[in-house]
Amino acid sequence: MLIDVSGLGFSEINSLIRAQGESCHLTGCLSQRFIGAGMSYREITIDGTPGNALGAYLNGGEITVNGNAQDAVGDTMNDGKIIINGHVGDAVGYAMRGGEIYVRDSAGYRAGIHMKQYKEKRPVMVIGGRTGSFLGEYQAGGLIIVLGLHKDGKPIVGNFPGTGMHGGKLFLRNAEGLSFPAQVNVNEATDEDMAEIMPYVENYCKYFGADISEIMSSSFTVVTPNSKNPYKQLYVNN
Amino acid sequence: MAINYVNPEFEVVRNPNRCIACRVCERQCSNGVHSFDPETGTMMADETKCVDCQRCVALCPTRALKIVKNECQLRENANWQQDTIYEIYKQAGSGGVLLSSMGNPKPLPVYWDKILINASQVTNPPIDPLREPMETKVFLGKKPTMPERNPDGSLKTDLAPQLELSMPVMFSAMSYGSISYNAHESLARAAEALGIYYNTGEGGLHEDFYKYGANTIVQVASGRFGVHEDYLSAGAAIEIKMGQGAKPGIGGHLPGKKIVGDVSRTRMIPEGSDAISPAPHHDIYSIEDLRQLVYSLKEATQYTKPVIVKVAAVHNIAAIASGIARSGADIIAIDGFRGGTGAAPTRIRDNVGIPIELALASVDQRLRDEGIRNNVSLVVGGSIRSASDVVKAVALGADACYVATAALLALGCHLCRTCHTGNCNWGIATQKPELVKRLNPDIGSQRLINLMTAWQHEIKELMGGMGINSIEALRGNRLMLRGVNLNEKELEILGISHAGE
Repeated sequence: MLIDVSGLGFSEINSLIRAQGESCHLTGCLSQRFIGAGMSYREITIDGTPGNALGAYLNGGEITVNGNAQDAVGDTMNDGKIIINGHVGDAVGYAMRGGEIYVRDSAGYRAGIHMKQYKEKRPVMVIGGRTGSFLGEYQAGGLIIVLGLHKDGKPIVGNFPGTGMHGGKLFLRNAEGLSFPAQVNVNEATDEDMAEIMPYVENYCKYFGADISEIMSSSFTVVTPNSKNPYKQLYVNN
Repeated sequence: MAINYVNPEFEVVRNPNRCIACRVCERQCSNGVHSFDPETGTMMADETKCVDCQRCVALCPTRALKIVKNECQLRENANWQQDTIYEIYKQAGSGGVLLSSMGNPKPLPVYWDKILINASQVTNPPIDPLREPMETKVFLGKKPTMPERNPDGSLKTDLAPQLELSMPVMFSAMSYGSISYNAHESLARAAEALGIYYNTGEGGLHEDFYKYGANTIVQVASGRFGVHEDYLSAGAAIEIKMGQGAKPGIGGHLPGKKIVGDVSRTRMIPEGSDAISPAPHHDIYSIEDLRQLVYSLKEATQYTKPVIVKVAAVHNIAAIASGIARSGADIIAIDGFRGGTGAAPTRIRDNVGIPIELALASVDQRLRDEGIRNNVSLVVGGSIRSASDVVKAVALGADACYVATAALLALGCHLCRTCHTGNCNWGIATQKPELVKRLNPDIGSQRLINLMTAWQHEIKELMGGMGINSIEALRGNRLMLRGVNLNEKELEILGISHAGE
């Protein structure tokens, strides 16, 4: 069912979504925050540009945005899927523990910061274009895949990717010439690594109509932490 | 072997006439101080390992043991005191950052002890709480500034969500991981029995304790450990931790070796992986950003729970609190610089932050001046040690107090300040099963209930003495306080007169 949400506040929108049962289609969305926060199992389609914290604490279901999204998409997300047909702002997937986020274009600063994983929960974030600085800072688990399909000629990530990383994997396509912090190992992705990300790259291509053979024709760099305990500085008992 | 420049801080004095070499002390000491020498049939002690937790003293069946301060002291020097010199030795020997536990032990001013409480004489009779009803119940949350009415004239009663406390005290945040399962269970059960709240800290909520949700405050910190939909729904309120009094401006770091078993499950991170709480929330750079986190939590829980924002007492606390009061938060918790911790760098614990008494007085005044005091309730912690501290805090403007160190003392803590070693002989700040089982939650929760019940009686007696029969009438009533040994600036900030005025 189509719901025109133009002019409505975020609480009204979330109440409408909760009243709709399992699926709903919002149109005319313009900057309203917190859409889908803490929800599970619903399918929400959004035309327009939702505001910050889209799908925060999301616990299942699927959110699709036909347009761009702003900051903190999928903050502390636990499960479910978020698909953005456009680009996103800063801190996408902050501390997400499960679920999948697909962004057709680029992401801002601090994408995937403090992403975690736990048992069967292994979050995945695929960014089609590039990301800003501090990608995967404090990353503690999960997969972040950046495809670098952007056309503006800028590097695939800004400065300091993987600072404080202590778990998970960061995949970057065509990542020559980047510098990384001391806490990470940087290697060319093996066949095994590629097999690991393939289902998610396939999903990306399915959602956004990208050409998988073109994507896979380039080499990928995989960044992993060199310790689970990056801040093990020497303390002395006092 | 390098010379150890640091002499043992304590001496184990064993009375040979009383010691029966039963080896209880040896079994009780997780630090390995005591040992049995089969050659001589006597007990030995390695004092370098002693932390003065008094476990062996308390359990020695013949009272043969004393732990005393080592009289072997460096030459006295008012500037270079022994502690300072030993800290230099420790750093010179290791290159390490000094790590400490529990609250700041330095002789900095305790303003509670310089504030005295009023009592009624002659003109305004005191009230005897034994024969007259006294109300210590408080509600925490946003209050309307003016009564509002419906079109038919009836009073609007749809308040923002409130926490109801039987007395103005709650157990403050201590994570599962920093303290034990049995310590958490004791706190949870006591909070339920007392009609108050305990706080999960940032380590998540153990699945066994969801049943105490109605008396639980769940915390969301920068690491977001264990935060998920069920967790947010489980608690009676959600606390966003921005800072902690013992270590303002830095994050937390529970080392991977403590992330085992249930701690790993509750934090929802793999075993052995460091639990790193970054110093800032990386999505909060402004009051506007804080507002976003507050409202994302409110949206996720459909406005059914108050949101608390906890900050450390720092220099500009009044301006910070004013911002938080406008962020949509329902309650501000302020943690003073004497607040405890399971581990903090010594230099930060002992030198960063300000006393809670001054922070509270300036925040309450600022919020009143700006006409936004009713936007929020104020909860203060950071070494509330007694019922009289609570009464003074309420009179300075607090709605309620957070206590943690006092609660741990009730559970048997002896304030040896070595929580960070994980070897707590009293079963509190440890995850070692053989130590955790020393704390019996049946006894622990009862001791907490006893302590708070006693405080509640004392609060009533102090109130009655002032001729006040409701704690609400005491809040912000600074006329009930007088200062001693305080300079004019201190009195001005506290908003109280000097004794004799």
